[in-house]
Amino acid sequence: MSRKAYAIAIKDVLAEEMRRDDRIFIMGEDIAEQGGIFGCTRGLLEEFGESRVRNTPISEAGFMGAGVGAALAGMKPVVELMYMDFSLVAADQILNQAAKIRYMYGGKATLPLVIRGQQGIGRGNAATHSQSTEAIFMHIPGLKVAMPSTPADAAGLLRTALRDNNPIMFFEHKLLYSVKGEVPDDPDFVIPFGKANIVKEGNDVTIIATSQYVGKALTVANKLESEGICAEVIDPRTLVPFDTETVVNSVKKTGRAIVVHEAHKNAGPGAEIASLIMEEAFKYLDAPVLRLGAKACPLPFNLGLENAVVPQEEDIEKAVKSVLYK
Amino acid sequence: MEKERLIWIYRKMHEIRKFEERALQLFEKDKLRGSVHLYIGEEAIAATVCSLLRDSDYITSTHRGHGHCIAKGAELAPALAELMGKSTGYCQGRGGSMHIADVTKGNLGANAIVGAGVPIAAGGALAAQLRGSDQVSVTFFGDGASNEGVVHEAMNLASVWKLPVIFICENNEFGISTPVKQSTSVKDISVRSAAYDMPGYTVDGNDVFAIDEVVSKAIERAKDGQGPTFIECKTYRWLGHWTGDPQIYRTKEEVEAWKEKCPIKRLENYLIENKISTEEELKKIEADVLVAVDEAEKFALESPEPDPSKALEYVYFEN
Repeated sequence: MSRKAYAIAIKDVLAEEMRRDDRIFIMGEDIAEQGGIFGCTRGLLEEFGESRVRNTPISEAGFMGAGVGAALAGMKPVVELMYMDFSLVAADQILNQAAKIRYMYGGKATLPLVIRGQQGIGRGNAATHSQSTEAIFMHIPGLKVAMPSTPADAAGLLRTALRDNNPIMFFEHKLLYSVKGEVPDDPDFVIPFGKANIVKEGNDVTIIATSQYVGKALTVANKLESEGICAEVIDPRTLVPFDTETVVNSVKKTGRAIVVHEAHKNAGPGAEIASLIMEEAFKYLDAPVLRLGAKACPLPFNLGLENAVVPQEEDIEKAVKSVLYK
Repeated sequence: MEKERLIWIYRKMHEIRKFEERALQLFEKDKLRGSVHLYIGEEAIAATVCSLLRDSDYITSTHRGHGHCIAKGAELAPALAELMGKSTGYCQGRGGSMHIADVTKGNLGANAIVGAGVPIAAGGALAAQLRGSDQVSVTFFGDGASNEGVVHEAMNLASVWKLPVIFICENNEFGISTPVKQSTSVKDISVRSAAYDMPGYTVDGNDVFAIDEVVSKAIERAKDGQGPTFIECKTYRWLGHWTGDPQIYRTKEEVEAWKEKCPIKRLENYLIENKISTEEELKKIEADVLVAVDEAEKFALESPEPDPSKALEYVYFEN
């Protein structure tokens, strides 16, 4: 085990996998000399050279398309988006091309493409640089969607992504980059997609949380222990594929569930997860499944306004008590 | 150009023409559904360009893609079967007319989103560059696509990275129903190449020799590591944008005048006049192609439908 920051965990896995597989190359905005504005590719240029670590023009659709083409032609591109919000600039290449090509070609093409970058609140970047876009990509079949919440998960999920043969949306969070944690040193440490992490066991209520909300949910769950409420906290780790079994088994045990994320509540990941619970475990439920997510409002610039839009720890606590009728 | 390649081009042009004429007939008999965008009148471009490519070279194509796919090695039977959505089609009925691909032959795919194949071809070229191979990548797109932002992004990227890619802009005068002069700021689209510091040419897209000359140069340049070339081929779409197009945007006289410039007839005349081939030899080629199209039709009609219980197959690569 080594203690390292989330951003370093990402950089280390990129380097290790690039040493292992010479088809892997990385391209994106300011990722070479600069090492990315969050440092996730720092040092890679020196080791792997400018051919495999490429600064791109600010042409998200263009270089995303080049990633799609290079993947089709046998390479394993990693395309870094400086902000995952920019995926919308490249939306056609991701949603119409990368996601659909294998299917449209009758299974005769393979498209190993990792699209990664950070998103989310916390740095006063306002609506076009602070939103959470994963629901858009969950909606279009053909993509896998990963959301690591810890340095170890970032390492294990990224290595799985880099060894997968599908297009993958890999959502990091800007507020998690400096968070440190223990990461296994094993160069083959992988976390399979579709395997949720039961972060904390409990019998009273199931909290399903993603990305930086896993930590917040855990804080609330630990606090509630002193009040005699034992919450189970589950991090799905990947939204596509989704580990329905772990979530449903938990809800069968607890009879109550809340889903919390930073993405908008309306048509957000929580809507999907709540529906799955209702379809698979309705008769076990003792309370309606609650969803917590950003309000239906563009993410504001001002910190006070931003906090007013996204769920706070008190909101999670209230929701837990609400489903327990307390 | 040596006789063998000229005859290959001649045959491919007939394959494309007769394949599409048959596709149109099948559409009119309700044997085909969806959209069928026909390339008739533009065959010289696909056939000549692809006569210069190897299986290992890449292309990307368009919604009007049958010609490019056939010229890049697609067999007529599975291609026609795909147009009919059959299980024996190139995409097993998942893709249809606008998504025929065969990566093993370097065809990275037809593409129903205008301009979207262009950066994908740049990506094929990038893969070649990263591997240090001498593969080249050709992207076919229309005058309409030349106004898509992503095409310009790909041109810039290809030029900055000196990618071995050749931009083939087929200017067939119309983006659906809109004449090119209403949609496009320049008379010759190739002048846009100057903005990306790459050579640009405008040639007669119905002239096999004119196309051959500039594409040969472009391939040499690409293989030499000098980067991309932009080639505009001026041609004309004989038929409507799609099979049901009322074509109110042009006159019958205009269409007839272009039919007089038929690229197949033009090559045929050249081959006979210059005694490279005989009328008899060429008629035999045409007849052989017709037999191949008949066989493709029979194959497609007799092929089974895909199994609906397998509709979800191929969404993901199963690791």
